[in-house]
Amino acid sequence: MFDIDLWREIFQSINKNRTRSLLSGFTVTFAILLFTILFGLANGLNNSFAEAFVDDAANSVFIRSGATTKAYKGMQAGRRIQFRNEDYKYIKKDFDDNVEFITSRIYKNVAASFRNEKNNYSLRAVHPDHQYLEKTKVYQGRYINQRDMDLKTKVVVIGKLVKEDLFLKVDPLGNYINLSGIPYKVVGVFADDGGDDEERLLYMPLSTAQQVYGNNDYVDQINLTYKPELDFNQAIDFGLDLEKKLKERFLVAPNDQRAVRVFNMAMQNKNITQMTSVLGILILIIGMGTLIAGIVGISNIMIFIVKERTKEIGIRKALGASPKSIVAIILIESIFITTIAGYFGLLLGVGILEWVGPSLKTYFITNPSVSTTLVVSATLTLIGAGTLAGYLPAKKASKIKPIVALRDD
Amino acid sequence: MLEINQLHKSYAIGDSSLHVLKGIDLSVEKGEMVAIMGSSGSGKSTLLNIIGMLDEADSGDYILDNVPIKNLTEKKAAIYRNKFLGFIFQSFNLINYKNALENVALPLYYQGLKRKERQEKARFHLQKVGLLDWQTHLPSELSGGQKQRVAIARALASNPKLLLADEPTGALDTTTSGEIMAFLQQLNDEGKTILIVTHEEDIAAMCKRVVRLRDGVIMEDKKVTQVRAESHV
Repeated sequence: MFDIDLWREIFQSINKNRTRSLLSGFTVTFAILLFTILFGLANGLNNSFAEAFVDDAANSVFIRSGATTKAYKGMQAGRRIQFRNEDYKYIKKDFDDNVEFITSRIYKNVAASFRNEKNNYSLRAVHPDHQYLEKTKVYQGRYINQRDMDLKTKVVVIGKLVKEDLFLKVDPLGNYINLSGIPYKVVGVFADDGGDDEERLLYMPLSTAQQVYGNNDYVDQINLTYKPELDFNQAIDFGLDLEKKLKERFLVAPNDQRAVRVFNMAMQNKNITQMTSVLGILILIIGMGTLIAGIVGISNIMIFIVKERTKEIGIRKALGASPKSIVAIILIESIFITTIAGYFGLLLGVGILEWVGPSLKTYFITNPSVSTTLVVSATLTLIGAGTLAGYLPAKKASKIKPIVALRDD
Repeated sequence: MLEINQLHKSYAIGDSSLHVLKGIDLSVEKGEMVAIMGSSGSGKSTLLNIIGMLDEADSGDYILDNVPIKNLTEKKAAIYRNKFLGFIFQSFNLINYKNALENVALPLYYQGLKRKERQEKARFHLQKVGLLDWQTHLPSELSGGQKQRVAIARALASNPKLLLADEPTGALDTTTSGEIMAFLQQLNDEGKTILIVTHEEDIAAMCKRVVRLRDGVIMEDKKVTQVRAESHV
């Protein structure tokens, strides 16, 4: 039920006691403001971490080769190590327990053209598994599949920006793109969160590339993901084991850092995960701390307000106010002020985050923001605390004999 | 109108208790103007507070307008106070952030009257105490006598059966006291029953009956010839 007279009383009380109202409002505004900004910044830090690794699967292992730097078992230093299809098969077979997806990669630069448009692009010749390793999002057509591999079909999957560069408004699917003189059929278009460079790429079946470019079975790089059920330590052990076995296979000295290089994301992720969890705990402590400070603040003020109004309560009771109406007038006033003030703090906080957010990118803070649910529940917590903190003294005040309240002067 | 039998009240002070009212018998008829006198500690304020339902007696009967006042819940006491009683305090006890009109209208708010009706009635009573021109002024902008007149208007607003005044002139100078008393006498002439607690003999002389308390018992209860306040100032 809406009691206009009650609200009139409350508005008058708020309006005529501005210092008091502003004081309690300010406490709440400030608490919510701090809460929003701190949480926003912490979220921004977290976003930066997440963004840095969004491009590739977090459980990736990259295997690259180079020239040996040490003589070993009768082999000279400076020998180039070249991976071949059999190495891919070896890893796939011998490490089957730990490998989730695996692909070989060949890098080429190609001059591509379609009708009158031409440009130079990087080409990656890969196995079908590559899609999952790179988190490639095919939004038109399909990715390279096993049939392409088997038949060495001349097909390509092109990046979104390649499509925009060359095809303009033409639908690329089914059209033929010319790569250094050879036409390839476009079977898919993809997007990638890794940024523009990742979308200015072409993918081709590995077998096709091997036949077209050199007719050999050379491979530039092998990428794989370990099984997600491995924990960090198991994954790191797996990477070390893989490196050791590959070095033995190519007769490379165990301490040769260049000839066979296994880069394991698990190593990095372990550190990052630890850091994010520490960060998460920090965020929680900061948020809780701010909230508790706000609760203490608003509770203090409520107790003070009730104390200040004791005489008024006595007068009202002498004039016939029921205890219920006393509690109502104090509580509704405090809830009203905290709600408005909390909302104001929320707007202010979100506004500040929006305003300074973009300029914080250089400080490793990306898109600092807070979820509305979070701030709303924080505000509700404060309102609840204010209500509770106000209710107890208001209840007590409503029970004071008016004569006691009136004597107090 | 008001019937009190064997009223007792004591306050706990530490381990011992202070027996403030030791069996008060008092009966007040409609239209009387009674002064309750006594030195401080005689129990006169306690008696007034019990009559005003601001405090409760330990034992004894209190019947107001044929309604026994006993074991009241807070809510019931609030309703009775609003319906039966009008208070006038020494320190006025106006709400400082409300203007004169709003202060007078407050008991009517607790009666549940509509806003328009409240303001109309409040204006009527403000006019009665001669302060209609001051209706939008805050208590801080009024003199002591004006404040007390606003308080009287407020006490009258709910049209109570009984006016209770606790040292109504205690904070006022002689001239203003005279004005206030003259006004209370005028109200009494119109038929209002008034109870005044005071320790000033000349104030008591302006009533029609004087009840003297000492150490919690009634020492003397006699009718007096009323001194008109107008002639006094």
